[in-house]
Amino acid sequence: MTVTAVQKDANALTMTVTAEFDASPERVWQLWADPRQLERWWGPPTYPATFTALDLRSGGRASYYMTGPDGDATPPGYWEILIAEPPRRLEMIDGFANADGTPNQQMPGPGGMNVTIEPIGESRTRMTIENIFPDQGAMEQLLAMGQEEGMRQAVGQIDAILAEARAA
Amino acid sequence: MQVMPNYDGMFGALADATRRDIVRRAIDAQEGIAEVATHYPMSFAAVQKHVAILERAGLVTKQRIGRRKVVRTNVEALRVARRLLDRYEELWLGRIGRMSDLINEAPPKETEQ
Repeated sequence: MTVTAVQKDANALTMTVTAEFDASPERVWQLWADPRQLERWWGPPTYPATFTALDLRSGGRASYYMTGPDGDATPPGYWEILIAEPPRRLEMIDGFANADGTPNQQMPGPGGMNVTIEPIGESRTRMTIENIFPDQGAMEQLLAMGQEEGMRQAVGQIDAILAEARAA
Repeated sequence: MQVMPNYDGMFGALADATRRDIVRRAIDAQEGIAEVATHYPMSFAAVQKHVAILERAGLVTKQRIGRRKVVRTNVEALRVARRLLDRYEELWLGRIGRMSDLINEAPPKETEQ
């Protein structure tokens, strides 16, 4: 069974996702390292991703695009791999590019993504993904492509304030 | 490029405990800045600065009620901020769910590394 926790830090502009899987670290690493598997989870069902390159080594690069419900492709996304230590650690810059590979100024500015994969027992693995947002405007644009996933019950401080607003 | 609301200011403003408390207090819009300032162990000027940051972020407004000017929370701006975080969370929960499906779909394979 998969256990998932999400921790949001508005101050540091990070969101950390922790998930536990009944699998080995090597199996979890494959989710990132095998482009065909990656394509099945990176994009939401309404915006499936196609990876045109995936070199998951320190200093390597990945390229992908997503296809929207109307059949249009999004500007290409890229990963700049800073550190890859299979099957335990992956640190990357995650951004959008123009067709010529230069950073796309119309899309959310590059953010950071740090993935840690650690065994926590017999055939059980914890994966932690720390997302570092460049700014909130970027966050909003990223969300515009994933919003089909819908809403979810909220957590955190903003919620507590809103609860008081309803009571007032 | 489309014009974005000032989310940077919004989240930065909410990152401070005093400012979150001011936002909470100002929901029922009863107090002016001088009254708000009495709740905190800091100078009037310091509280005034916090309110100014919240105002720039669109989280509070100063509203005239009769002869008084009260600080009022913009509840809709708060809702927008919350929805943003929720939606990003939802994006990742979707990804984790799909990862889990993939793992359950096929028996674990030997790594090729």
